[in-house]
Formats: sequence, structure tokens, C-alpha cells
Amino acid sequence: MHRLLRRSSVLICLLACAGLAQAQNAHLARNLAATCANCHGTNGHARGDMKPLAGVSAEKIVAMLADFKSGNQPATIMHQISKGYTDEQIKLLAAFFAAQPASK
Amino acid sequence: MKHVNLGRRHWLGAGAALAATSLAGCAGLSGGPSIGRVVVVGGGYGGATAARYLKLWGGNVDVTLVERNADFVSCPISNLVLGGYKQMSDITRGYGGLKSVGVKVVQGDVTAIDVAGKKLRLAGGGEIAYDRLVLSPGIDFMADQVGGLQPALDSGRVLHGWKAGPQTVALRKQIEAMPDGGVFAMFIPKAPYRCPPGPYERACVVASYLKTAKPKSKVLVLDANPEITSKKGLFEKAFKDHYTGILEYRPNAELKELSGNVGKLEFEDVRADVLNVIPPQRAGDLARSAGLLNINNRWVGVNWLTMESTAAPGVHVLGDATFPAPLMPKSGHMANQHAKVAAAAIIQLLKGEAVNATPVVMNTCYSFVTGRDAMHVASVHQYDDKDKTFKTVPGSGGVSVAANQIEARYALSWAENIWADSLAL
Repeated sequence: MHRLLRRSSVLICLLACAGLAQAQNAHLARNLAATCANCHGTNGHARGDMKPLAGVSAEKIVAMLADFKSGNQPATIMHQISKGYTDEQIKLLAAFFAAQPASK
Repeated sequence: MKHVNLGRRHWLGAGAALAATSLAGCAGLSGGPSIGRVVVVGGGYGGATAARYLKLWGGNVDVTLVERNADFVSCPISNLVLGGYKQMSDITRGYGGLKSVGVKVVQGDVTAIDVAGKKLRLAGGGEIAYDRLVLSPGIDFMADQVGGLQPALDSGRVLHGWKAGPQTVALRKQIEAMPDGGVFAMFIPKAPYRCPPGPYERACVVASYLKTAKPKSKVLVLDANPEITSKKGLFEKAFKDHYTGILEYRPNAELKELSGNVGKLEFEDVRADVLNVIPPQRAGDLARSAGLLNINNRWVGVNWLTMESTAAPGVHVLGDATFPAPLMPKSGHMANQHAKVAAAAIIQLLKGEAVNATPVVMNTCYSFVTGRDAMHVASVHQYDDKDKTFKTVPGSGGVSVAANQIEARYALSWAENIWADSLAL
């Protein structure tokens, strides 16, 4: 009985901790994506000459930023900005933008 | 058994927290119980963004924005108004967007902040209580450092044009009224000041206007700093390529005293038709009267994880008023980024949750060097847990290769997007 309870409490704790980590990751992704909003619009809904990111697939955003970082894709400014983010951070913000409804 | 009970309590606690979260989520839509009252003072780039993101991310947070002006007028792009390339209506936006997302906007002046009592007083006598306060007071001037400056500013004879609005309109009028063959003299204070590249951009666009409208005129740039403080090589190139014979730049030229139409430097008097003095600056008056200027009696120290003042817990300070992290500029873009760090942290603090331990902020400043060519400086700043500050990422950031028309288009799109982001347009 003791062992069973102990085991289930460990399981519950693991589940709760995983949930918490997930929520923290979601906040982190949201916060990172918000650093792009000054140019690319709130939640990636850009205006004017800026590229909208809302609804763009995560794979595409990750690939674009990798190309900016490597210099494969020439840019006026994104080659400088992309180098400020880790690959892990780029994956998170890309997933956030991919999950937004596409700009109209 | 004790261990099991702890586990069970943990589970119940987590369940209760989950229920509370989902309730708060629903309440956000249906107008249920509030998770807290946040008052934001100052509706510039920092304060407006804080109010907007508290509503966007916070669900049911009560957000009140107190701003003295009826409209938002942007400092970035305002130099183009001085050059005659843009109108005031191009850099002015309303607070209607923030109202439409549920921010209570109060037009008024804050006369006192009671940090211990968590309330503030408005001119006219009203009081507003808060759980957390956001101050985005911008900068005010240390006019007493230049003899004769305060009365010259008070009379309107000498303008700073370093807060966009009536000063921008009046300075444009002075430039337009200048005779052909006249001298426009601009005085730049020692760094740090709001918008490092701003004075050099102004010199360029005013020279660009004079070059065609009053071609015998001169622009004198008198800089208290030993050299151009931002985008040095690019501004030097712009001065040479576009304004040789029109614009003269002098480093180490600190304004000591003003007398009539004469600006007195240490060894020289400068006579000009228009004297544009950008005064030395400190954090805004409101931060000073609240007792928050704990760095050099001039700036507000903050905890970079929450933007909370290190002098007053519960008071979050944004933008130009803060003592910056290394290489962090005093810019509208950066104030917007500060506001997002603060908004995320405030919501988690109100909910009793841990704040983000790894925030990131970034900056982009575009500058025009003619009416149609612009260039940028950019930086990315990651939080460093060891030194408890933001640090730029080695190898990231930088400046344009050259000013051009593509970047001018991006500059104007930047403005459109950041205004929409900050003001919920």
C-alpha cells in the first residue's frame, strides 16, 4: 500500500512537473516571439514591407533563420539579428509563430 | 505515510492551481474576477506596450494607463518632420486601440506616488490604488548644467525638440523661418542621452532640407562627446558625401552658457540663427519625485528579470529612465522590449508563479541621412544569470553596409509595426 501510494505520488509529481515545464516553455516561446514583434507585428502579423511570420511553418522559419545565420541568405539586417538567438530559442519562437492563424 | 501525505498535498495543490488557471482563462473572456490591478504611468513606447501586453497575455488583469497627452507622438521619425519630409499627423497615433483591448486610459498628470501605500494621486485630486505599478516616465532635462538654458527654454526662444510634439512643430517653424545664409547650430550633450544616433540624423535631414530650400545656409553640429556616439563611420560618410560645405561637425564642443543668439563653448562663442539645444538628461521627474534615482542620482536601477526598481519593490520602470545594461541603448524600440519583459513578469508575480529566468531583448534603430536614405544599428541582448544583467551576444548585431532607399522603406515599416504593436492599432 505504502509502495503503491509512493509510486503514484511520484508519477503525479512527474506529470505535474512535466505540465509546469510545458507551460514554462510555452511562455518562453511567446516571450521570444514577442521580441520580433516590433518589426514583424504582434504575434507575427506584419504590416508594410515586413515579412509576416504568423502561420508560417516552423520548419520554414528555422530554415530561414539558419540561412541568415550562415550567410546563405543575404540580408540587410537579419544576418545580424539571427546570430543573437540560440538554435533552441529559434525552434521555440518558430513553433509559436507556426501556431498563429495566418495573416489575412 | 508522511511522505505520501506530502505527495497528496502536492497533487491537490497542483490541481487547485490548474483549476485556478483555467478559471482565470475563462474569466478573462467573461469579465470574471481580476487577478490584480496594474497602473501604468506614461504612454510612450514603454508604457503603451506594457499596458497592451498585460492585456494580451494576462487574461483578467485590470490595467489603467495614465498619460498626460491626448495622443501618442513618436520621437522616432520626428526628425523627418523637422526636415519637412513628414507631417505631424504621420507620427501621431491615438490611444483608441488600447481602449478597445480593455485598457482604461486616463488622461492626466500624476502628482505623487505613495510607494508604501500602493497608490498614486492625480492632478485634480483623484487617487488610484494598484497592486503593481509600471513607470515609463522617459527623460527630463538637467537644464541647470548650462547657464541661461532654463529661461531660454521657458521663453520658447530656444527649443530642444527632444520630446516629440509641440517642440517638433515649433522647431520646424524656426528652421523654415531661417534666412537663406543662416546658421542652424545643434548642441549635443555628453552621453548617455535618449536616442544615441538621433542628433546626427537630425543634422543630416535638416542639412538635406537646407541644401535645396536655403542653399547658402549652414548646419553646425557641436558635440560635447569626443566623437560621434553611434554609427560613426556611416554618419561621417553621409556628412562628406551629401553635406560637404553645408554641415560642419565639431567634437569636444560642450555648451557652457547661452546668451541671446550665442552659444558659449569653453574657448569660443557660436552665433546662430537657430540654436537647437539638446540638454543633458536624467530619468523623468516622476521617477525622481518617487525617490527611484539610485544610480548617479540620475537613473533608475532595475532588476532585469522583472524590470522592478532596485529602490522600490513593486514598481517596474521601463525605457530611457533606466540605468542601462552594457551597450543597451535608450531607444523607443528598447523601451517596447523592456515592457514585454515587465508584462510577462508582472502577470506571473500576480499569479504567484516563477518569472522567466532567461529573458531576451533586442534593438533596432534606423536613421535617415537624407529624405530618402536610411541605415540601421541592431543588437541582441541575452540575460546573464551570473552577472544579473543583459549582455550583447558576441558576433551578433551590427550596422548597415551603407545607407540606402531599401532601408528607408524598412525604417518606415518598422515605425508602422512598432506603433501597431505598442498601441494595439
